[in-house]
Amino acid sequence: MNERTPVIDAVCHLILLVGAALVCLPIYFVFVTGSLTQQEIMRVPMPWLPGSQFLANMQTVLGTADFGRLLLNSFIIATGITVGKLAVSVIAAFAVTYFRFPFRITAFWLIFMSLMLPIEVRIVPTYESAANVALPLNILGSWLGIKALVDLDWNLVNTYSGLILPLIASATATFLFRQFFLTIPDELCEAARIDGATPWQFFRLVLLPLSRSNIVALAIILFLMGWNQYLWPLLLTTDPAMANAVIGLKKLMPQSDSLPTWHLLMNAAFLTMLPPTLVILILQRWFVKGLVDSGK
Amino acid sequence: MGASDGQSESGLKRAHFREWRLPFWLLAPQLFILLLFFFIPSIRALIQAFQLTDPFGATTQWVGFQNFERLFRSNVYWSSAQVTLIFTIAQNVLTLSLALLLAFASNHILRGRGAYRTVLLLPYAIAPAIAGIMLAFLFNPRVGPVAQMLQGLRLDWDPNRNSWHALALVVMAASWKHICYNYIFLVAALMSVPQSILESAYLDGAGPIQRFLRISLPMIAPTLFFLIVINFVYGLFETFAIVDATTRGGPAGATSILVYKVYQDGFVTLDLGSSAAQSVVLMALALLLTFAQFRFVERRVNYSV
Repeated sequence: MNERTPVIDAVCHLILLVGAALVCLPIYFVFVTGSLTQQEIMRVPMPWLPGSQFLANMQTVLGTADFGRLLLNSFIIATGITVGKLAVSVIAAFAVTYFRFPFRITAFWLIFMSLMLPIEVRIVPTYESAANVALPLNILGSWLGIKALVDLDWNLVNTYSGLILPLIASATATFLFRQFFLTIPDELCEAARIDGATPWQFFRLVLLPLSRSNIVALAIILFLMGWNQYLWPLLLTTDPAMANAVIGLKKLMPQSDSLPTWHLLMNAAFLTMLPPTLVILILQRWFVKGLVDSGK
Repeated sequence: MGASDGQSESGLKRAHFREWRLPFWLLAPQLFILLLFFFIPSIRALIQAFQLTDPFGATTQWVGFQNFERLFRSNVYWSSAQVTLIFTIAQNVLTLSLALLLAFASNHILRGRGAYRTVLLLPYAIAPAIAGIMLAFLFNPRVGPVAQMLQGLRLDWDPNRNSWHALALVVMAASWKHICYNYIFLVAALMSVPQSILESAYLDGAGPIQRFLRISLPMIAPTLFFLIVINFVYGLFETFAIVDATTRGGPAGATSILVYKVYQDGFVTLDLGSSAAQSVVLMALALLLTFAQFRFVERRVNYSV
């Protein structure tokens, strides 16, 4: 189309510039505030240009608030969720699309059902499950009257596995891989079988390499999701050293009766949002693909 | 081997393997995790909704529908439901309308599209709790730059005391975080509108805005419905962190949305029966929204087995 619409073009650029400013200004203010001193943030109006204290504030945050440890925890949790969920999902999707076996449909529906209830609606019992993973055995034991089973205790509170495993328990990734596998030509599998490949060889040498871009796209989304977790770490960590960075931020929030240390909070907030933001900026192309695919 | 028998089972590749031990082991990790952290907790939530447990977990009593009766008679619960309704609708309208405006704009222009898109995607990377903390700071009546501007306009802004201000703050934070998600889906949907139809409309003399309203918008209607459902899911279940980090449900329950109340009754006031009953109500809502979501999506993806 050879259309000239200078007025609408200008309005569109204006809309997008305002939108970009609404996104960037809050982030910019987090950075500015994180680089000021206690006295400077109390000034009215607040300075619009960064101060000189960013590194000094960062040292305080990483040192006294032990924030480095929390950032490391976030990294471990996010990586654990990403790797765990991808690994568990890709093999489950392989099983339901490439094998005929008894109870295939049942297994599929069991996985499908887990798409329906977010963890937020079952937090109390999920917490109980994580506080004692042996709980189902206990209940079974008390039904059957087996004493040895009744008092088993396997507590995941304040552990990385407790922070990671319950968040792996949903099947979105399995469905994505299943959808993708269904689009792969049947001839590939037939050819592999004629060549005498075992199912495992077919998976490793044909299916995994073909899924590479889906895996990358999904890994980005899962990493961001894992890094930004809030409710579950809030419940499951009583030891401050096991919390993640986002929970640590909440604890830095100024309370009404103490000196408001907004500059430290904003410095820590900037450090916490830096890794996921960099992930999006660098891997943007894959990320968009993964997002649009996973939503469908 | 299965490929030769000709009959195809849906959801199964035509060329497939017939072994049964290997798939069992491939499925075992996922089914085991789901059993421990999905099925058992979900069933226990259902059971607990009909039980009364004292806060220390010493005694449990079967009480039938008492928890639900108590819940539906409670004014606090209904006001929480009302807050949730206002919050989710306001958030949905704000998010979707701004995302549509931005999607139209970036679809229309030719230059700089990629740069705008990258910037507009950034909130997706930022945790809901951080979005909340960030806006709580900007709108903090004592130190926040935006609050200072509002006070300059003689507006008595204080989300710590005024419940409407608190609700507005939570809505803004939730929308700020979620516009990018809507935007990216709308951009993708607009790109899939056939160019030939748009061109023939152009030849008939329809301008860009007319083409958008009369052609593109009806054609992306399934995406719009999908996003409305997604926004409700987001508003209902994923905004816990925003509320907890900014207002903690206050002042006086003005931002205590349903998910926040489940948490408060379950972990703060230890009223487990009521919390479980609330979980069951939310489960029903989640199921309803999931079905709605699949209805609008099934045109594009076939989920049948």
